[in-house]
Amino acid sequence: MTYLKTLLATALTVLSFSAIAQNTVKVTDAWVRATVPQQKATGAFMQITAPKNMRLLEVRSTVAGVAEIHEMSTVDNMMRMRQVKEVPLPAGKAVELQPGGYHVMLLELKNQVKAGDKIPLTLVVEGEDKHRETIEVTAVARPLGSAAMSH
Amino acid sequence: MKRRLFLLAGTAGLLTLAACEQEPKPHYNGLDLTGGDYKPDFKLSGPDGRVYTLADFKGKYVMVFFGFTQCPDVCPTALSRAVEIRQKLGLDADKLQVIFISIDPERDTPALLGEYMRAFDPSFLGLRTDPQNTAQTAFNYKVFYRRVPSGSSYTMDHTAISYVIDPEGRMRLGLKHTLTGDECVQDIKTLMKSKYTL
Repeated sequence: MTYLKTLLATALTVLSFSAIAQNTVKVTDAWVRATVPQQKATGAFMQITAPKNMRLLEVRSTVAGVAEIHEMSTVDNMMRMRQVKEVPLPAGKAVELQPGGYHVMLLELKNQVKAGDKIPLTLVVEGEDKHRETIEVTAVARPLGSAAMSH
Repeated sequence: MKRRLFLLAGTAGLLTLAACEQEPKPHYNGLDLTGGDYKPDFKLSGPDGRVYTLADFKGKYVMVFFGFTQCPDVCPTALSRAVEIRQKLGLDADKLQVIFISIDPERDTPALLGEYMRAFDPSFLGLRTDPQNTAQTAFNYKVFYRRVPSGSSYTMDHTAISYVIDPEGRMRLGLKHTLTGDECVQDIKTLMKSKYTL
């Protein structure tokens, strides 16, 4: 019985995996940190799962004059932030754009981002076959003061 | 002979007493900076246009973080942790003043710093000064920062440690960015109880 259950569970897992694999790039939990008036920049975060080996090349948003992909690292208690050309998206692996790692910098903000605002983001990804696609994502703004470890 | 022994015992007792006067060094999750070569005093402007020095906070513990408001990640996280620390300190929360010193005074205007702090906790104070004094203040805290060109604009590399100064204005703790709010609270409570000063 237990054996049967395990078998069934495995079969279901395989099935759901292949369901994802058939789909296109999956983006979940997209959020942007809210800002205060006069603040011209903020970060956007999300989880991206690509069905095959791909790369995230570009992010655009109508709320910002410029959007860049950055990577943060802390070495010897020193916080560093660098623009990166791309983020590798290995097949089936959930890649986190989260505080402490990769994130999207939204610069030259046109308006204050208030908690609860829906922020449109356009992601440009490319597969190994050099075929590019764009993905439209809606990120929800979380309060500026909300802890980074909110999930 | 008996008398001598008695005297010896008395001396030993006194020695023990003397040793008790200075408490053993407490253990911290963060860096114990007690007695380190820091000059935690500062002279910086607040959002209200007032000039603040460390002496204004005599009698309080002061937690200082150097950062910039365009920071997507480390600075808001450090400030969120500060909010959590004050919440968890309970009745001792009012003994802790949180101060944010801008290392990007060009973009961090007094008004922006004021708004930014209010978004976290209205009691937090965001301070700034001219570039030269910014550099000197950071140097006094052994804080490093650097302007790095990035795409269309620039970003800042900077030390991500929250410094805790005691009510006498002495540098005591360095709380690393990797510590949790609970670990920081534990350290601050230990410091508040400790009589160890060096």
